[in-house]
Amino acid sequence: MSESPNAENLLEVRDLHVHFPIYGGVLRRKVADVKAVDGVSFDVRKGEVLGLVGESGSGKTTIGRAIINLLKPTVPSVHLSGSITYQDNEGAQDLNGLDRGTMLPYRSRVQMIFQDPFSSLNPRMTVQQIIEGPLRVHSDLTAEQRADRVRSLLDRVGLQPEYAERFPHEFSGGQRQRIGIARALATRPALIIGDEPVSALDVSVQAQVINLMQELKEEFGLTYLFIAHDLSVVYHVSDRIAVMYLGNIVEMGTAEQVYFKPKHPYTKALISAVPQPDPRGDGSGRIVLEGDIPTPLAKPSGCGFRTRCPVAQPSCAEKIPSLTDRGEGHLVACPLVE
Amino acid sequence: MAVETEKGDVVLEVKNLKTGFSIEGKMAWAVRGVSFKVYAGEILGIVGESGSGKSVTSLSLMRLIPDPPGKIAEGEVLFKGRDLLKLSFPEMRKIRGKDIAMIFQEPMTSLNPVFTIGMQVMESLKFHENLDDAHARERAVEMLTLVGIPDASKRLDAYPHQFSGGMRQRVMIAMALICRPAVLIADEPTTALDVTIQAQILELMKDLQRKRGDASILLITHDLAVVAETCHRVIVMYGGQIQETAEIKDLFDNPTHPYTKGLLGSIPRPEMKGKPLTAIPGNVPSIMNFPKGCRFSTRCVEVMPHCHDNEPALIEIRPGHEVRCHLFSGESE
Repeated sequence: MSESPNAENLLEVRDLHVHFPIYGGVLRRKVADVKAVDGVSFDVRKGEVLGLVGESGSGKTTIGRAIINLLKPTVPSVHLSGSITYQDNEGAQDLNGLDRGTMLPYRSRVQMIFQDPFSSLNPRMTVQQIIEGPLRVHSDLTAEQRADRVRSLLDRVGLQPEYAERFPHEFSGGQRQRIGIARALATRPALIIGDEPVSALDVSVQAQVINLMQELKEEFGLTYLFIAHDLSVVYHVSDRIAVMYLGNIVEMGTAEQVYFKPKHPYTKALISAVPQPDPRGDGSGRIVLEGDIPTPLAKPSGCGFRTRCPVAQPSCAEKIPSLTDRGEGHLVACPLVE
Repeated sequence: MAVETEKGDVVLEVKNLKTGFSIEGKMAWAVRGVSFKVYAGEILGIVGESGSGKSVTSLSLMRLIPDPPGKIAEGEVLFKGRDLLKLSFPEMRKIRGKDIAMIFQEPMTSLNPVFTIGMQVMESLKFHENLDDAHARERAVEMLTLVGIPDASKRLDAYPHQFSGGMRQRVMIAMALICRPAVLIADEPTTALDVTIQAQILELMKDLQRKRGDASILLITHDLAVVAETCHRVIVMYGGQIQETAEIKDLFDNPTHPYTKGLLGSIPRPEMKGKPLTAIPGNVPSIMNFPKGCRFSTRCVEVMPHCHDNEPALIEIRPGHEVRCHLFSGESE
């Protein structure tokens, strides 16, 4: 184990690598690795919202799944290294590599809200069965106590308690996302990982769910790892923001530092690309990047962003730049910027 | 970037369009009497949430509603003096892709995976303009280069799976524009794309529209920010009806319908950080369950008793700005 974790941190991720091997040829030999997460370190402090933002292929979703050990069961050949240290009053534990049994107690403390409210709820279960699922595994509550808890959770997330007997198909997308939130809250977790929790929702409903998540955070003293691609949403909810590109964090700092004073060329382009709800904006400050995001299978050597970077130098191809502090905890992984 | 334009001639006029789908023997009206004009050289946005009827409107213009279960029951779509809804299928095929072209949301499924990019881009040239292979190829290379596909003459023989999402959407735009249509209907063209790629595609569409001053774009989207940056005029739809329509600056400066105000309040803006967003309460009802009276009455924060009984009419409150709301219909007392 590495050094003992800082007491302010609920989660410490150190040098996390997640590689998915690709097999090919007649002999099904390993031909390449998809380096979905390629050396990522960050902390989630108690009571904060850390926003993890990036485009497709950046590895943000993989990080969320690695934390709750969801990768091994679905892709047994996945290669994970690094540490994911979770700590609370009962001590610290590296979650990486835990087997099913040892992971079990942590599953009640770290819960997840998924992106797709249509596929993340079992269509054959009632709302009651969906929300009490985690309670059956993690608590000794009687059936009656569980039913009570489900009703009060439904009420808390803004659904009528009578809905407990209904099935997911009877609900709209926003209502289903509320059910997913109630399920995540059922075991009274400390950390909630939201994997694009509002991306699939209509604008007006998205605002409701964002408001709900913020209320619940205050009420239950939750900590969020909020994974999303929409920068305006991430800025709205987050205390700190980490920006990912092709498996690496390229910039991390307070929401204000990253959103208003971005330093990394990618962050600058990403923020300038967000359309603004203002018809008077003339788009003159917009940095339109050329080309597409490379696939993680053919990741460029050195800095992953160098193939699209407006200021790239030949030296960028040599090694992956590390995150360094540019003052007041504003971390940037680019040696070319001040 | 919104650009001021003189209003040109009307290229497309939709009058009282009514489209529905038969669900368990009952008709559910997805579009309930929609009328608007598209002027030459403008980018007109239609914005709305799921179930607002924006996509069904655009598919109705192209006569792409599957019948049954769908049915365009009423209305006219006037293009160059002809009502597209009365044309025979062979006549309509001559319009599609030539005079009015369309691009769709999913660049991954809208291209045929078993034909090369070149064959798909050249198809409409061969159909509409009877070009031979060599000439069609030349035009296709020209068009693909214009939409920013590098090394187009080689890429012509590639298959869709060899292209990224952004590149496929560029191919879709090339296919749509190759016969120089008067109207381009773009249904959520950037929704499936990453934000840096979205910026590229929107820039490309605006640029192409500027280069061809007389072409019009009908941009269907759920994203008011995309509308703000791209369109000259905007139509806000809810429950299959136009709720508000205005010039783009007028709409953002003076949003008038409670639904439009709610949509604008739902967008997280930097100055609202940490504060609750002013969300619209409730959910979009399913198509069978919209209330009678005003379609928005069940979610409206300014609702009045008679909103539940009488449907408000679309009323012009100042030149070019129309609103469907009893607060402005003179029936508010």
